[in-house]
Amino acid sequence: MIQFVLKRLGTTIPTFIGVSIITFLFIRLIPGDPILIMAGERGMSAERHAKLLAQYGYDQPLWQQYWDYLSGMLRGDLGISFRTKRPVWDEFFALFPATLELSVCAIIFSIIIGIPSGIVAAIYRGKWPDQLLMSTALVGFSMPIFWWALLLIIFFSGTLGWTPVSGRISLLYYFPAETGFMLIDAWRSGQEGAFRSAIDHLILPTIVLGTIPLAVIARQTRSAMLEVLSEDYIRTARAKGLSPFRINGLHALRNALIPVITVIGLSVGTLLAGAILTETIFSWPGIGKWMVESIRSRDYPVVQGGLMLIAGMVMLVNLFVDLLYGIINPKIRKS
Amino acid sequence: MAIVDTQIEAIEQQRPGRFREFWNYFSENRGAVAGLIVFLSFILIAIFADVLAPYSPSDQYRDHLLQPPFWQEGGTTEFLLGTDAVGRDMLSRLIHGARFSFFIGLIVVSISLLSGVTIGLIAGFVGGWVEIMIMRLMDVILAFPSLLLALVMVAILGPSLINAMLAIAIVLQPQYVRLTRAAVLAELPKDYVTSARMVGSGTLRLMFITVLPNCLAPIIVQAALSFSTAILDAAALGFLGLGAQPPKPEWGTMLSEAREFILRAWWLVTLPGLAILITVLSINLMGDGLRDALDPKLKRS
Amino acid sequence: MALLEVNNLTVEFKTSQGPFRAVDSIDVAVGANDVLAIVGESGSGKSVSMLAVMGLLPWTATVTADSMMFNGVDLAGLDSKQRRDIVGKDMSMIFQEPMSSLNPCFTVGFQLREALKAHLPLSRRERKHRAVELLEMVGIPEPTKRLGAFPHQLSGGMNQRVMIAMAIACKPKLLIADEPTTALDVTIQAQILELLLELNQQHDMALVLITHDMGVVAETAQRVSVQYAGQKVEEQSVEALFATPRHPYTHALLAALPERATGKMLPSIPGVVPGQFDRPSGCLFSPRCEFATELCVKEVPIANSDDPTSVRCHYPLGKSASVA
Repeated sequence: MIQFVLKRLGTTIPTFIGVSIITFLFIRLIPGDPILIMAGERGMSAERHAKLLAQYGYDQPLWQQYWDYLSGMLRGDLGISFRTKRPVWDEFFALFPATLELSVCAIIFSIIIGIPSGIVAAIYRGKWPDQLLMSTALVGFSMPIFWWALLLIIFFSGTLGWTPVSGRISLLYYFPAETGFMLIDAWRSGQEGAFRSAIDHLILPTIVLGTIPLAVIARQTRSAMLEVLSEDYIRTARAKGLSPFRINGLHALRNALIPVITVIGLSVGTLLAGAILTETIFSWPGIGKWMVESIRSRDYPVVQGGLMLIAGMVMLVNLFVDLLYGIINPKIRKS
Repeated sequence: MAIVDTQIEAIEQQRPGRFREFWNYFSENRGAVAGLIVFLSFILIAIFADVLAPYSPSDQYRDHLLQPPFWQEGGTTEFLLGTDAVGRDMLSRLIHGARFSFFIGLIVVSISLLSGVTIGLIAGFVGGWVEIMIMRLMDVILAFPSLLLALVMVAILGPSLINAMLAIAIVLQPQYVRLTRAAVLAELPKDYVTSARMVGSGTLRLMFITVLPNCLAPIIVQAALSFSTAILDAAALGFLGLGAQPPKPEWGTMLSEAREFILRAWWLVTLPGLAILITVLSINLMGDGLRDALDPKLKRS
Repeated sequence: MALLEVNNLTVEFKTSQGPFRAVDSIDVAVGANDVLAIVGESGSGKSVSMLAVMGLLPWTATVTADSMMFNGVDLAGLDSKQRRDIVGKDMSMIFQEPMSSLNPCFTVGFQLREALKAHLPLSRRERKHRAVELLEMVGIPEPTKRLGAFPHQLSGGMNQRVMIAMAIACKPKLLIADEPTTALDVTIQAQILELLLELNQQHDMALVLITHDMGVVAETAQRVSVQYAGQKVEEQSVEALFATPRHPYTHALLAALPERATGKMLPSIPGVVPGQFDRPSGCLFSPRCEFATELCVKEVPIANSDDPTSVRCHYPLGKSASVA
């Protein structure tokens, strides 16, 4: 197991360095001078220009700049936002809980519905429950989620008036963001209706963000179950006279979960990409919306730092998933 | 992919038989056939958009602003699917939108497939540090959420449809590299490769003529998948204002323009998204059918 | 009254190219404490017929039989719940591949205790105790420690012993062993067979041994049923079968035994068992039979079910073999 962890780290570190080089080079690839872009159409004096170049370190040789970038990153310094003049690192971690809260809800939603759907489809393979569930999953898999969000808004917020259209909580409530997780903060504030309001605001974004992972998980669960159900040990379990519930829900599922967990881990990247669209549509103040706004306003330190941190998060989650994979797959754990 | 094991000499004669076998499996899958039919009509609409569309996609009919589709009160058969906020015919814009999506898919798949397969072949054949460098670079690209990477690239290159396509192609290309390399590594130790080597085939010939045809199945399936991903991602970029720019009738861009009318004119929001969904769904149906028909592992014995 | 008595069992599989008959009108009878060997090449439907008795065939299979009596109960008339009460308790089965027949995600002990839990009203502690006892019974050293092991940590022979322990956990009246030793080393094979016979004698348990190995048959069985392409061609006591094989197929199988080889070359049966598409008309064995005549190619031979010595052949050997 230790060997497995070390081996896995051995591939993560070069990837991390590669990611840092790519994100570093991005800004240098932009045609023109970043300082002048920041100044916009107002322009600036040559003196001030030189001063800013020095302040952002753009006058150093390239390798020196990279070194400063890398060592800064390890110290938690990713530069200053052009737009807000605040450290990129601080902004990221102030906004990150909002994205994390939404992503966790979305992944829970997709697992709770996706895995049982996949199991049912596999058990009734070729019959109508299978066909219905898998057609629905394929539609979900093909869904342009930004459009799906608009449809849900039209129906649930417009026609039915059940859910709010944007934000994380109603403007009626105010309390300090202690953890950054609205559900927890609202619960702890003790204000009547605050928690309910936070939940109401979460429902549609969760559905929208969870749709594609849900479809992927359902499809993967079905195919993994089908593969496992034809294994010899399932025949053994049946030869023991076990109930179908125990055979499908324990013997088959336990083995089928191994590839499903991998897919759930891989969908973290999809989730963050989906968060960009979901947060923009629902005005959800998280990383995705922040990145889009920074890209639109050409706030390069934020684009660079945010990209780096998001890629770092993805790599971290992939590492975690691989280790988890090692734990749930006894063949790796013990050997 | 052990479609053909060692019968090199028989490959050429087997081709028609293999295609027939493939078609038998494919046509058994009703969903896949339906997907194929929709996709073919989509291509025809894209090619003959000029002939099919009743109006030009950019002509504005100022007397018919935000007119609903014909079956709804206030709609006329003059504009079958209604008009948008500046009086352009929705149907014509949707038909021309098909052209955009089709070319986006086609170009993105061509770029990512050609470069990805070539790089994958090089990685598989050359090995050593070249292979390690290539695969690490692909890991690096895969560490970024694809849409985000495309967004950032567009931000650097400037928002336009061409840049969006280029960015999506770069983001999709590692999949091909990985698939091709894995397939090559699986094929290389086989007897037919060794015998081709012994009769003195050059490396290029080995790569493209001997080995590549036997790795095609997963690549074809991936091509279908990335065609639909390309359409979705390009629409998403258009929706965020970083892909095709208005007034181009690209479906994602149309949706983005329609957002402010979301509660007033449902057809502006519903129809372009439906067009995206149907197109992507048909390609994915087809892709599933392709995968089942090409993957010998899943074939019934 | 036999313990297991199956009449006219037929199993058909649905395939994309039409139905395939894997078992064709077979009768099986096993008495309490019997050891019946079912022999035949791969593809002769030996396993399928027993899987049908256990009710373990996939949904693509259609099983029909005139009767399927086990221990006084007609298995065909049971619903799945009632059937599950019998399967794994009074009638159990072990398989060819011990490595893949155990669930890789659970410990050996878990899988063993689960078999007990499914059928016997034992407490947690009693189950654990019984599990140790069972592992001891099948000859696994350090049974308490082995309970915590995963299948991939044990050898094939050990895993097969675990499978046997699981199968005999609820003291079954009938154990079906489907090629239990094929995947194992030769030395381990003998041990496993010995273990099975011991259980058969000491625990009053009937044994059905499915095998393609005539050597195994000679060492273990009391009676032998020979199957070919889904049909039973003959059934005799083991001594009689080895002395006077009556069906040419049995004859050929015996001739292929190394111990019986007379010349320098080991005789073999040319060709393979017919599959779904190359079923001959007439006698199914006729294309490979050295005694086949025009009659064999044209007409299907039928065994007389009232006469136990009757075989599915137009020209049974034995009496006439000396003439030929």
